[in-house]
Amino acid sequence: MSKVSSVAAAVEQIPDGAVLMIGGFMGAGTPPLLIDELVRQGKKNLTVIANDTARPGIGIGKLIDAGLVKKVIASHIGTNPQTQKLMIAGELEVDLVPQGTLAERVRAGGSGLGGVLTPTGVGTTAGEGKKTVELNGTTYLVEEAIKADIALISARSADYSGNLRYSLTSRNFNPLMALAAELVIAEPNEILPVGCIEPDAVVTPHVLVDVIVAKGAEK
Amino acid sequence: MNEKEIIARRVALELKRGDLVNLGIGLPTMVANYLPSDAGISFQSENGIIGMSALPDPGLAGTDLTDAGGSPIGALPGACAFDSAMSFALIRGGHLDVTVLGGLQVDEEGQLANWMVPGKMVPGMGGAMDLVSGAKRVIVAMTHTAKGAPKIIRKCTLPLTSVRRVDLVVTEMAVIQPTEEGLVLLETAPGVTVDQVVAASEAKLLMPKVPGVMGIAA
Repeated sequence: MSKVSSVAAAVEQIPDGAVLMIGGFMGAGTPPLLIDELVRQGKKNLTVIANDTARPGIGIGKLIDAGLVKKVIASHIGTNPQTQKLMIAGELEVDLVPQGTLAERVRAGGSGLGGVLTPTGVGTTAGEGKKTVELNGTTYLVEEAIKADIALISARSADYSGNLRYSLTSRNFNPLMALAAELVIAEPNEILPVGCIEPDAVVTPHVLVDVIVAKGAEK
Repeated sequence: MNEKEIIARRVALELKRGDLVNLGIGLPTMVANYLPSDAGISFQSENGIIGMSALPDPGLAGTDLTDAGGSPIGALPGACAFDSAMSFALIRGGHLDVTVLGGLQVDEEGQLANWMVPGKMVPGMGGAMDLVSGAKRVIVAMTHTAKGAPKIIRKCTLPLTSVRRVDLVVTEMAVIQPTEEGLVLLETAPGVTVDQVVAASEAKLLMPKVPGVMGIAA
């Protein structure tokens, strides 16, 4: 069965209240068509796990602007005044996580691990309420793995089986998130015949990708 | 020369051939402007690249080649791109030689606060906590005071970025080295006296040797 879908049909599979992982770093590597379609279909009460909420009008910032998000788990919201405003007003729950910890929590979630041990955040507010472990004289925070219902992935290329390769700094969290969700929807810039991405260049193996969206697809 | 330029030019002298360096957004980014192109230093941007260069030529900016602030950058021959887990493995795993970050406060223990002002500014820590915990050397590049109030203080009142002691603090007035004994005043900027630095600092400054004059990269 073909994995290729229209953007609208792919987004119809996302229920209100879904927990989404969305790739990208300040908009670079955030799937643009999927974001616009989430706004068009007006999905509500979303939880978004992502590095940041970009800026108003850009990437994940569009979901914030449209009021679709109830909770954000991110490392940085400083470039989006709207996210900060909603957080301070109590209309948006924001869980701030150190960036490297977020990356590892996502990786762990997709790798069958319960979590990771990191020295980052020990003795700071990021470590409050968390278990610590001492190993070989170093104190580590126990950071739990994190998973999502659906991951929205941006890639430079897909082949029709779902193998993905990325481009420069738009790779960021995308390959990690493609591991850590029940349903993985990829939005590549191009879809190529199987075999056109050489095996060594594949970063995300096709078995992880459930849906490939294409602009012109019928459904 | 304005104060930010003085700071950036002094920090530039700390970077050595072969170093892998991460520059924070803002003032720290200026450091790269004061290094010769053949300095042999690699710059990492935590969004996933080593070998970034300054702004691309007009018309060559791409949406897939950006810095940690989302602005377009260039890449040098030999650049490499990777995902966020690799990026922070480099940062935490002892592979990053130097990180240069801005600061809100540094205290007598050499601890840094630079990521939030409760009730006023809650941007999130981004990569700062990982960078300060993991880099081999942490250099804080910041103005000496904020609206006249000292930023080099006895004990940080803002939330800490890490409990780790930073390695060097460079301001437009002085170079200060946090040590186990306390903050050592190493250098004062040209035209700035020791008394002026002491007056602009709340923390006690130690002077085991007479402070030298701050060097500034050409």
